[in-house]
Amino acid sequence: MQLVIISGKGGTGKTTIAASFAYLSQDSIKCDCDVDASNLHIVLGGEDIEREPYIGAKAASIMPDKCIQCGACERMCRYDAIHDFKINPLKCEGCAACTVVCPANAIELKDEVTGDTLVTQTTRGILSRAHMIPGAEGSGKLVTDVRKKAKKYGTDEDLYLLDGTPGVGCAVMASITGCQGALIVVEPTQSGLSDFKRVLSVVHHFKVHPYICINKYDINERITKEIEAFCQEASIEVIGKIPFDTWVDTSINGLKPIVLYEESAAGHAIRDMWHDLQHKIG
Amino acid sequence: MKIAVISGKGGTGKTTVATNLATVMKATYVDCDVEEPNGFIFLKPDIKESLDVTIPVPTIDTDKCNHCKACVDICQFNALIHVDKVMVFEKLCHGCGACQAVCPTLAITEEERPIGRIQIGTYGEEGMACLSGTLNLTEPMAGPIISQLKGRLGQETSLIDCSPGTSCNVVKGLLDATYAILVTEPTAFGLHDLLLAIDLVEQMSIPFGIVINRVHESHNQVSLYCKSKGYTLLGEIPYDRQIATLYSNGELLVRQSQYKAMFHEIADGVKEAMACSSSL
Repeated sequence: MQLVIISGKGGTGKTTIAASFAYLSQDSIKCDCDVDASNLHIVLGGEDIEREPYIGAKAASIMPDKCIQCGACERMCRYDAIHDFKINPLKCEGCAACTVVCPANAIELKDEVTGDTLVTQTTRGILSRAHMIPGAEGSGKLVTDVRKKAKKYGTDEDLYLLDGTPGVGCAVMASITGCQGALIVVEPTQSGLSDFKRVLSVVHHFKVHPYICINKYDINERITKEIEAFCQEASIEVIGKIPFDTWVDTSINGLKPIVLYEESAAGHAIRDMWHDLQHKIG
Repeated sequence: MKIAVISGKGGTGKTTVATNLATVMKATYVDCDVEEPNGFIFLKPDIKESLDVTIPVPTIDTDKCNHCKACVDICQFNALIHVDKVMVFEKLCHGCGACQAVCPTLAITEEERPIGRIQIGTYGEEGMACLSGTLNLTEPMAGPIISQLKGRLGQETSLIDCSPGTSCNVVKGLLDATYAILVTEPTAFGLHDLLLAIDLVEQMSIPFGIVINRVHESHNQVSLYCKSKGYTLLGEIPYDRQIATLYSNGELLVRQSQYKAMFHEIADGVKEAMACSSSL
């Protein structure tokens, strides 16, 4: 069983919930699929037991001694990555089109290390994660690799908890495919509602079962009702409503899951939601 | 002059800063967070123009194809496979043209395939220009839409609202920027992701300043860190319920005079920092 926690919009409380679920399910295998800005290890701590460089992209490179400065590569490149017989690695997509047109065979594609994949042994089980070099290409493929690495530590019967990426693009799709359930965290704001509808379509597209959780539901009860009505209409279950709670800030700054704070109303709501979800997903 | 607004972490207030700052600076607003564009929810511009963004994808003339598989071999994105004939997986295609260039029998032509849309509008009485791009759902590639949006900009001052994170889409938003505003939160997560964002802008040699959002107390770990490193702190947006309510209803903060003054201060800080960095 693979459960991914996602949000159309970043900063909706995904990691707060993922860290709590990770804490509550010691036996589950955790994957931090937010490879751009992974945060789960900050809360869960632990020690890295595996680290491997990740070759995520290729980039063209011109061999100056072979280059005859004909400019064919610059005319071919559709990404505006070649000027004055030099390649701008930030613009190069590694497509190899320039190598095709070079009459002097002066261009080669080189593998680029775009980050590391890591497996961390935490007190609450295995965490598979990545560190992507800022600015690197191909975060979707890196997400797939993080998930593959996690699989080595479990069986098909195990529960895999995935902290997903914000947005609806390549990395999100790589987080969602093959999961059985997706918990979508949404905030009751105009932009939260808009982002939620977009990410929900993607979840439907991949035929993953959606569960909805409204975070800080009491900051705008009008939009909360709008979200609930929308979900009812679409026959999607709202499985949790978490109140706005300043304990969450305390827990983030204390680097501990919110469910460890007895006084926290948000912590209790997350605990209840986890028990409900466990029954649902078996 | 392009000012990019980025944040290592999502949900830190990038759009809040970019939209409000654009209105006080009378700058063009460009929403490059094409996976989840939200700027127009706040600006509600009059849309003047709306157009498709397409990328060229190959089509194979089976009569001309001699099954040499050169196109399959050159494609770096696994968008072409050969089983009896060459098949194209459109969503994997980056539209680079390598397959067409390599085909010895000229069997490959290209067709434009829409992957998203661009909207162009104006905000307010003065007709501030606003641009926004939206990636079609289940499309993986946001880059071409960001490039199209940026290709429409001239010399005017523009505020580029980038995607969250530090991936290639953020790089596309940052390319050619004269200045970057890094928005963060005063938490351990905020600091962690801010460091990634700093790493990126430093790699690209773009001068930057920092805005901290949702500030409870002015001596927080992020502001202390910025001061210790000598980074430019452009401003702090307080943690207050009124801001959260305005935001949740899709309202600009500058409609309230106290917040308008706050964004004017940030704008002054940006202008000053840009003047300093350009004189270096």
